Amino acid sequence: MKDSVISVKNLVKKFGSFIANDNLNFEVFEGEIFGFLGANGAGKTTTIRILSGLSEPTSGEVIIAGFDAKKQAEKIKRNIGYMCQKFSLYEDLTVKENITLYGGIYGMSRELIRARTNELLDRLRFHEYENRIIADLPLGLRQKLAFSVAILHDPKIVFLDEPTGGVDPITRRQFWEMIYETAARGITVFVTTHYMDEAEYCDRISIMSEGKIVALDTPENLKKQYDVDSIEKVFIKIARPVNN
Amino acid sequence: MQKVIESTAISKKFRETQALKNISFSVNESEIFGFIGPDGAGKTTLFRIITTLLLPDEGEMKILGLDCITGYKELRKNIGYMPGRFSLYPDLSVEENLNFYATVFGTTVKENYDLISDIYSHIEPFRKRLAGKLSGGMKQKLALSCALIHKPKLLVLDEPTTGVDAVSRSEFWTMLAKLRQHNITILVSTPYMDEAMRCDRVALIQNGNILSIDTPQKIREGFSRKLFMVKANEKYKLITALRSYPETLTAYPFGDSVHVTLAGNQVNESLFDYLRQAGLKNVSAVETVAGIEDRFLELMEKEEKV
Repeated sequence: MKDSVISVKNLVKKFGSFIANDNLNFEVFEGEIFGFLGANGAGKTTTIRILSGLSEPTSGEVIIAGFDAKKQAEKIKRNIGYMCQKFSLYEDLTVKENITLYGGIYGMSRELIRARTNELLDRLRFHEYENRIIADLPLGLRQKLAFSVAILHDPKIVFLDEPTGGVDPITRRQFWEMIYETAARGITVFVTTHYMDEAEYCDRISIMSEGKIVALDTPENLKKQYDVDSIEKVFIKIARPVNN
Repeated sequence: MQKVIESTAISKKFRETQALKNISFSVNESEIFGFIGPDGAGKTTLFRIITTLLLPDEGEMKILGLDCITGYKELRKNIGYMPGRFSLYPDLSVEENLNFYATVFGTTVKENYDLISDIYSHIEPFRKRLAGKLSGGMKQKLALSCALIHKPKLLVLDEPTTGVDAVSRSEFWTMLAKLRQHNITILVSTPYMDEAMRCDRVALIQNGNILSIDTPQKIREGFSRKLFMVKANEKYKLITALRSYPETLTAYPFGDSVHVTLAGNQVNESLFDYLRQAGLKNVSAVETVAGIEDRFLELMEKEEKV
């Protein structure tokens, strides 16, 4: 059995009388690609904010990369990476400047930043772009760079929010290959998305509805269990909100 | 039958960027016609030309028999446009937004209520709520109601389902299908290949070029080789191994499997041996039917080779 990197027990988060997360229990393991799904307003964002040390649980136990979300939020932040589709890189800074900036924020030493920058530029074959500003890069290249920057400090976990929304099919595949490679290196990848075909790429997925996790398994088992041929159909069967 | 849209060799440039190159297509009455392509493909530029908000540099665009440049005043009365970004008034209520749009087009909500009732009934219980306070799915339904309130002949929807959850997206497509009975022609764009199947015909668009136009079924059937779905216990290892297998032409991750085309167009024992030797377990390979995305990938590769 692999080590648990995210461990959530009886997590409850309330805003006044509103229960955003209602007794969540799940574990995510080292090197796993975990898809976190749910309808708009199901409570996903609340959970992710807690998992990334930005918000405290009302009750329950949340351990991220060995740290307690209640008492050690700052340590959690050092051990995770985050990338979302809308914003990740500073558009008016160059490729190199962005890498250096994030390295500094993650508290990496200058030598380490320099070494990782070269490694990253080599791996992405990005040397010709190193002094270009982000705004001039095509979307596909930006996405790949944003992902590489999110794991620059070798975090235990990287959170991805709709990582491949809107990119072309070839770039999308290259992006998923980067995700697989990262997971094979032992980094846990936590993906949230509205797009059920993205969910099909994950090792396991959970589906949230009205603050609760209503399903958690491999995509294959969920499809079998609900006797349908896609995760989209599973989702429509069980995640239908009362009214949105 | 009269064409609702007839685009002939439309081109548009923004400084150095050629946003649209020689775009020709036509859309029939009461058709749901989809433009499928990634961000930056040119979908929004094209839709702005069709809705008379941008002028083409070259080519001719006829909408409902009128030229998009000389006929813009008449056309604007007959086109309903839902832009990609939420563009209703967030500080007006649901009801106020709808009334405002009706008034601008010189009509009333009452007059065309039958057209929107199916959609609007979902959000009517919240009619006093400010539009800015609605959830994604409700905003989308309000925006669609506002775009329809003047009973347009042509409805243009720019990425209406982006950022909306799967349940609401599915409901949305069902609503569009129902609008057909009112003789409304629908032009819709999406970056999501799986939505192509909900259209009557689609155009695949990439870098300002149309790669293919046909029914979704015909586009899938256009895939030129046999396609195999390969699975094993370790995905990353499987992809790398498949890429190095001499018979492999293409290998792309696809959900929980890898979609592969092979030079011999068939799977034989040597593939299994090769993958097992690479240390993979539980290897399976079966022929599968190509989807829109498989075909899109194939067309993109051809483009790149040209």
